[in-house]
Amino acid sequence: MWAMIKRGWVTLSRPSRYFSLGFLTIGGFIAGILFWGGFNTALELTNTEPFCIGCHEMENNVYEELKTTIHYTNRSGVRATCPDCHVPHEWTNKIARKVQASKEVWGKIFGTIDTREKFLEKRLELASREWARFKANDSLECRNCHDFEYMDFTRQSPRAEQAHSTGLADGTKTCIDCHKGIAHQLPPMAGVEGW
Amino acid sequence: MIRPLTTLTLALAFTSTLALAQNIDAMRGDYPIAEEPPAPRMEQTENTDIRRKRNYPMQPPTIPHKIDGYQVDLNTNRCLSCHSRRRTEASQAPMVSVTHYMDRDGNFLAEVSPRRYFCSQCHVAQFPGNPLVENTFEDVDDIIARTSAAQ
Ligand code: HEC
Ligand code: HEC
Ligand code: HEC
Ligand code: HEC
Ligand code: HEC
Repeated sequence: MWAMIKRGWVTLSRPSRYFSLGFLTIGGFIAGILFWGGFNTALELTNTEPFCIGCHEMENNVYEELKTTIHYTNRSGVRATCPDCHVPHEWTNKIARKVQASKEVWGKIFGTIDTREKFLEKRLELASREWARFKANDSLECRNCHDFEYMDFTRQSPRAEQAHSTGLADGTKTCIDCHKGIAHQLPPMAGVEGW
Repeated sequence: MIRPLTTLTLALAFTSTLALAQNIDAMRGDYPIAEEPPAPRMEQTENTDIRRKRNYPMQPPTIPHKIDGYQVDLNTNRCLSCHSRRRTEASQAPMVSVTHYMDRDGNFLAEVSPRRYFCSQCHVAQFPGNPLVENTFEDVDDIIARTSAAQ
């Protein structure tokens, strides 16, 4: 085994006999682009709503529920899709989330949420993970669309203005603290903070 | 003998229905039964956050804010996340009154009584529509004022 690795390394580290340095550099560069592009394209593909609701667990549960909310239809016609709320925009966070999401795909393959009942049973756990994530990143995904800086309190309802000019403005609370269940039905909330 | 009489009655009934059809029902508007009137516009719920007066002391107050998408079911009660005893400090909402904690025998429970759990059974949001039927309700204070003025 060790001998094999060593032989491989020797081959790799020897200067190339057949290809010019220029070819190798440019070729490597192009291969790099192709690989990187392909990787990101694959990533982009998994970053669309049709992909997210490709499995019936997501389509029959969370997507059906989203359809009745303001983030699906509203007077201005601006929509939030699954990745808008669930996939961070920066690259490192995105990859980290994808790795975490594969665990959810894993959950599908092994049938832990393949019926509505099993999904509902697991819902508190899944939701808690999302709440923790939103809490940790200060509800970054919400803020990608709803920027506090540009919120005009005078155009909001008094209840909203009251809450936003206190808890939100002084940073003690973030969107998810007050807006749980904005896109889906909630699990049993006994014991969850603020309920 | 019976035959002509029935025919007459039927004919009479028919003409009177025709006459009625000209003026069926104010709520339907001037649309014959067989025709579907166009649906009225959906109104916007009032969301002014200004508490309204109650028409009598036992009236469940109407809701001065919108309640779209507020989940009230076995899992959770969105209303109580603001209106329950322990949440009013954070939400600055009025607490549900003590009657909501009473069972039908008048015992005080620790939690909101099951018969008061589904809030929209009694409390409703409002929209500024034109009432289809005239409301002849009179405030008791007005009645007292009127009768004492008459005396
Ligand atoms: C893709 C952009 C987008 C994202 C991401 C997003 N929203 Fe929204 N949100 C909207 C739009 C568009 C509306 C509807 C505006 C309108 O027409 O009134 C809206 C409306 C709302 C409302 C108003 C509800 C009502 O009944 O009036 C709340 C509250 C809200 N969003 C909270 C959130 C929270 C919390 C998050 C993060 C979990 C979030 N939004 C993420 C675009 C977004
Ligand atoms: C301290 C609690 C609190 C926090 C934190 C908070 N909100 Fe709200 N928000 C409310 C309340 C209360 C309302 C009004 C009631 C409702 O719409 O259900 C509201 C209403 C809204 C509305 C509708 C505005 C209107 O005029 O009705 C939007 C949009 C919204 N919030 C977005 C956000 C976003 C985005 C964040 C994070 C940047 C956020 N909120 C953080 C409590 C909060
Ligand atoms: C407006 C933002 C928003 C959109 C759009 C959205 N979600 Fe969510 N999602 C949330 C939030 C916030 C939670 C945390 C639980 C909660 O508060 O309801 C959540 C929780 C979940 C959960 C955990 C289980 C649960 O229901 O709590 C799943 C799975 C999920 N979302 C999938 C999806 C899918 C699939 C889509 C697209 C059809 C989608 N979400 C669209 C905000 C969103
Ligand atoms: C985000 C917090 C919040 C939620 C959720 C909420 N309310 Fe309210 N509610 C308030 C506040 C604050 C007031 C005081 C007036 C105002 O600002 O609208 C109020 C006022 C009321 C009143 C009027 C009380 C009076 O004395 O006139 C009623 C009734 C009411 N709410 C019922 C409900 C019902 C029913 C629900 C659920 C469908 C609900 N509320 C959900 C915050 C809330
Ligand atoms: C069976 C009918 C009924 C149901 C269900 C009900 N209420 Fe009431 N509510 C009343 C009546 C009647 C009053 C006024 C008299 C009183 O205080 O008992 C009232 C008063 C209130 C007030 C004003 C209290 C005050 O002191 O000004 C609030 C707020 C309120 N209800 C909220 C709620 C909420 C939130 C729910 C759901 C958890 C709910 N109610 C369920 C009948 C009901």
